[in-house]
Amino acid sequence: MSDTVLEAAPRGLHGVRRTRARVEIFRQLLRSPSFVVGSIILLFWIFCALFGSLIETQDPLGQNLLAPNAAPSLAHWLGTDQLGRDMFSRVIAGSRDILLISPLATLLGVACGTILGLVMGYFGGLVDILVSRFVEAVLALPVVIVAFLFIVAVGHSTITLILVIGFVFTPLVARTVRSAVLSERGLDYVASARLRGEGPLNVMFVEILPNVLAPIIVELTVRLGYAIFSVATLSFLGFGVQPPTPDWGADIFANYGLITAGFWWETLFPALAIATLVVAVNLVSDSVDNALAG
Amino acid sequence: MTGFLARRVLLALVTLVILSLIVFFAGQVLPGDPGRTILGPFASAASVRVLDHQLGVDRSLAVQYWTWITGMLHGNMGTSYEFQNQPVEPFVISGLENSLKLAAIVLLVVVPLGIAGGVMAALNAGRAPDRALTVLGLSASTVPEFVSGIVVIMIFGIWWKVLPVSASAGQGASVGSQIKHLLLPAIPLVLVLFGYIMRMARAGTVEALDSDYVRTATLKGLRRSTVIRRHVLRNSLLPTITVIATQTGYLIGGLVVVETLFNYQGIGSLIVRAANGKDFPMLEAGVLTIGVVYMVATLLADLAYSILNPRIRLGGANE
Repeated sequence: MSDTVLEAAPRGLHGVRRTRARVEIFRQLLRSPSFVVGSIILLFWIFCALFGSLIETQDPLGQNLLAPNAAPSLAHWLGTDQLGRDMFSRVIAGSRDILLISPLATLLGVACGTILGLVMGYFGGLVDILVSRFVEAVLALPVVIVAFLFIVAVGHSTITLILVIGFVFTPLVARTVRSAVLSERGLDYVASARLRGEGPLNVMFVEILPNVLAPIIVELTVRLGYAIFSVATLSFLGFGVQPPTPDWGADIFANYGLITAGFWWETLFPALAIATLVVAVNLVSDSVDNALAG
Repeated sequence: MTGFLARRVLLALVTLVILSLIVFFAGQVLPGDPGRTILGPFASAASVRVLDHQLGVDRSLAVQYWTWITGMLHGNMGTSYEFQNQPVEPFVISGLENSLKLAAIVLLVVVPLGIAGGVMAALNAGRAPDRALTVLGLSASTVPEFVSGIVVIMIFGIWWKVLPVSASAGQGASVGSQIKHLLLPAIPLVLVLFGYIMRMARAGTVEALDSDYVRTATLKGLRRSTVIRRHVLRNSLLPTITVIATQTGYLIGGLVVVETLFNYQGIGSLIVRAANGKDFPMLEAGVLTIGVVYMVATLLADLAYSILNPRIRLGGANE
């Protein structure tokens, strides 16, 4: 009898409160201008990534050596690059790889980081100390440097890029989740779950995880911003998406030497594309953070 | 206080060892056969073996790691693959020197600017200047450095022609000229760091403004400027110091990009070139140096924080 009460009461209560809270948070998000603006820009780029070929006016890979470095015109809305490729089509198509790699890397990092953080926070002790040191060591290097260290070592491919960025994000996420778990661990519901005889896996994933979802969701949106930042930067440095695949960072690297010659459009437009995407993601993540905190 | 410091130094050392293991693993274990890498796919197996033996990479991993790390500790960072048999250290040292010059200019600009912005936003909390500064800071800190770098090159270097586009002033240039050449590369880094420092300073100031001691000081009849100077700023700037040190990582990551964009011979562009040329000794030395710089910076920040904060200086360390 007392067992069923113990089990049913907290879960039932949590369930109702959580659904109501979710609806309220969503309403609050829709009222926030930064969330709306950010989402619209983000949805535009996602649309380009999925259905870009519908918008592209020309083949993004099609070279036209008779019209290299052509200024923006009616034929080429954003001009052409040094190989005469249409910049408008390349900017649209450039959203594809970055919007495939970044979310996958983010999901990987957040999933692994959550598991690691739960283990560190729940068990504490030696596991926590050892993993914390490892986390510190990875954090001592900028994300981009760790990433290209490994990319150079194993050779670049899309999968490598996803794995490396996911791997670098794991300790960052783990640190956040760990501190959230630490403050949950001492609460009564965890103690009662333990007294009921639930195993550590159950306590971590069924009891604690739903209660630390808020920081994990915030982490997910923040990391997505960093992932886009990192993929763009790696491509710019030559360790990310490889030419001739249309990519904003790689296109900037290929063309920025020509700015001084006056051919600014082939660099500026991909740069603006990156800027709008990262600002959009950060507007969304900032308003999600506010909504979940307030 | 000494206990706190000793613990911090010890933890930093443990972290450094792990860091060196990661760098060693990525630089020497993952890439496979360095002899083959240097000599290319057409060299004979025998000559690859000879070179591997010369480089010492045919020994056990533990021996290799030990030789490598003790060499590092003695200031012997190995010889470059790319620049035939030249030691790595002079490259790393001159790169670090150049990077520190750029970083110094960035910090000199961004720290006062970020703090001023944060305090101004906090004093106008919720009103237009606050919102404008917050959105500006957020956007500035999320745009990659090479993107803002290109925009500033176009505005200041090409359209207005007020600043030189190249970062290095050339051999034997005067300090003034060197600084002038570094201003343009500094802007993207300032933009990225401004947001973080401003947010931290804003949060600290808002918290201090909200506190009982500030209310007491105000009710006591002190002038607002006095309250802000003596009570608010003293308390709000403390956390900002730590955040500046933790941003060293972002700063270094940004240096890699900005140095490449502006073709500046710092440690960032050094490791990018080493990575492109698969020059692993150079790459490992550069990356490890960056790790050490970061560790020292955070350690110094902890030290500064504990000296300035009597709660840590007099009490124990609180995690």
